[in-house]
Amino acid sequence: MAAANRSKVGSRANNKNGYLFVAPYAILFIVFILAPVIMAVILSFTNFNAIQWPGFVGFLNYINLITGDDVFMKYVLPNTVKYALIVGVGGYVLAFLLAWGLSNLTKAPRTVFALILYSPSMTTGVAMAVLWKIMFTGDQTGYLNSWLMDIGAINEPVIWLTNTTFLLPIVIIIGLWSSMGVGFLSILAGLLNVDESLYEAAAIDGVKNRFQEMIYVTIPSMKPQMLFAAVMQIVGAFQNGMISTLLAGNPTPGYAAQLIVNHIEDYGFIRYEMGYAASVSVVLLLIVQIFSAVSTRLFGEKD
Amino acid sequence: MAAYKGHRTNPDKFDRGQIKIYLMILPMVLLTGLPIIFIIFHAFKPMEELFAFPPKFITTHPTLDNFRKLMKASRSAGIPLGKYVFNSVFITAAVVFGSLLFSTMAAYALSKLRFKGRNVMMQINQIALMFVSVAVMIPRYLVVNRLGMIDTYWAEILPLIALPVGLFLIKQFVDQVPDSLIEAAYMDGAKEWQIYLKVIIPLIKPAIATAAILVFQQVWTNLETSNYYINDDSLKSLAFYMNTLTSTSTTNTVAGQGVAAAASLIMFLPNLILFCILQKNVMNTMAHSGIK
Repeated sequence: MAAANRSKVGSRANNKNGYLFVAPYAILFIVFILAPVIMAVILSFTNFNAIQWPGFVGFLNYINLITGDDVFMKYVLPNTVKYALIVGVGGYVLAFLLAWGLSNLTKAPRTVFALILYSPSMTTGVAMAVLWKIMFTGDQTGYLNSWLMDIGAINEPVIWLTNTTFLLPIVIIIGLWSSMGVGFLSILAGLLNVDESLYEAAAIDGVKNRFQEMIYVTIPSMKPQMLFAAVMQIVGAFQNGMISTLLAGNPTPGYAAQLIVNHIEDYGFIRYEMGYAASVSVVLLLIVQIFSAVSTRLFGEKD
Repeated sequence: MAAYKGHRTNPDKFDRGQIKIYLMILPMVLLTGLPIIFIIFHAFKPMEELFAFPPKFITTHPTLDNFRKLMKASRSAGIPLGKYVFNSVFITAAVVFGSLLFSTMAAYALSKLRFKGRNVMMQINQIALMFVSVAVMIPRYLVVNRLGMIDTYWAEILPLIALPVGLFLIKQFVDQVPDSLIEAAYMDGAKEWQIYLKVIIPLIKPAIATAAILVFQQVWTNLETSNYYINDDSLKSLAFYMNTLTSTSTTNTVAGQGVAAAASLIMFLPNLILFCILQKNVMNTMAHSGIK
């Protein structure tokens, strides 16, 4: 029906002008997004070092990554999994709960609160690196140290940003702080657009409280937004991983907050083992794919 | 009868049931907002308050000293701050304009014109929403290098123009434009580019505003391009310069902190202002953001 209706538009089955309109975007997309992804896959099977012509090495990089790279297996992978679960998945749940709460408030406070919650994501890590450096200064002039000593929680200042126990939690907190981004706004918009007659109907059908309503009515009726938000959340989480090296250098002290994006930078731009770095990139792209596939399983509309 | 009648989203007035929700949300809002308020105060602190012990959260004698020092610091480095500002404004304007032009054109075609490969293109773009650009920084560098763009403005503009989220959101919005409007324009003898300019563009302004914000955020604070593609300091962006202030030894001195805070504020404010102005459009666009 819908298709038959739409095919009237332009009434030309194969409108060549379509290619002209798409071309500028498509060319830039291919050159700067698609080609680099394909190159990453190809390079990951070579020993490219930026100087000599790359030689084919088969799966050697991947084998080394799994069997030979202690730093990757001992620090980078566990750190990344922890970070992705808390900032990606946890941040997503938090985004939903906050958006759900906001959707139950009147317009003025909702707008102000949403703006405040969203504002850290505008800073995209970098602009605010200094903020965290000041907060977590390692002597008693640091704000956090000063406060904690005031209330007697610690006696000696903690050197937060070189402390291997605290570095990853700090990076995770900063990640969460800046994770209410586009996904959060999408969920909020979705919640505000749920048809209210659905709630009335569900109440008649025996839904007894807001929690049941959320599970049986709200989430099913805004699955597309939930999926979009999930993708945005996980991509944002990985993109923000660079904050750890901005705070503590690359490599981070004792690899305590080394995430997979920092590992790529370390091998690619510090050691120039670009073939190897490419294989780590491919692993990262695969991890994002897995998270997205799970989200699609949860929220995708079944045809 | 059962008391529960189904709740209402977007209520018109305050009622007691909302107190619980305020209690849940307010702590999060405070935790989120405090660091931002802190950086604002810090940027305006005079020297003696920066050195104050114990450290103070609020400034009682606000001053513009830090901003003045920021200007001086760049002068002593040989490149005036104005040059970085110019670079960033120029690059950002070029990317935002290019991105909006190309994305709206592509969105119109993908949504309203029939041609072979259209669905495949849309699907590829949808998969590309998951694109994590830091993952492919090396091959991207190789592409930029191969195209001979190292140390040119092109390297800071072209890689950032294609933004899959921007195209996706605009396309979702173009889908809402009724086909009958386009059909009528065809009847009047309009060509595709006329329909694009006269029918589509005016109707999708909220999506354009939203994409503009997203692109702006990506470009204005982008470090990757200046870091990896540009060696000539006079071509680097304001974001890059501000980051050198925060990452070098300056932040280790207390005096440097004030300057760095001022720098952060300068990077953050344009984003905030733009978002405040356009937030209605953003919510309007997000209502159509779902992936089906």
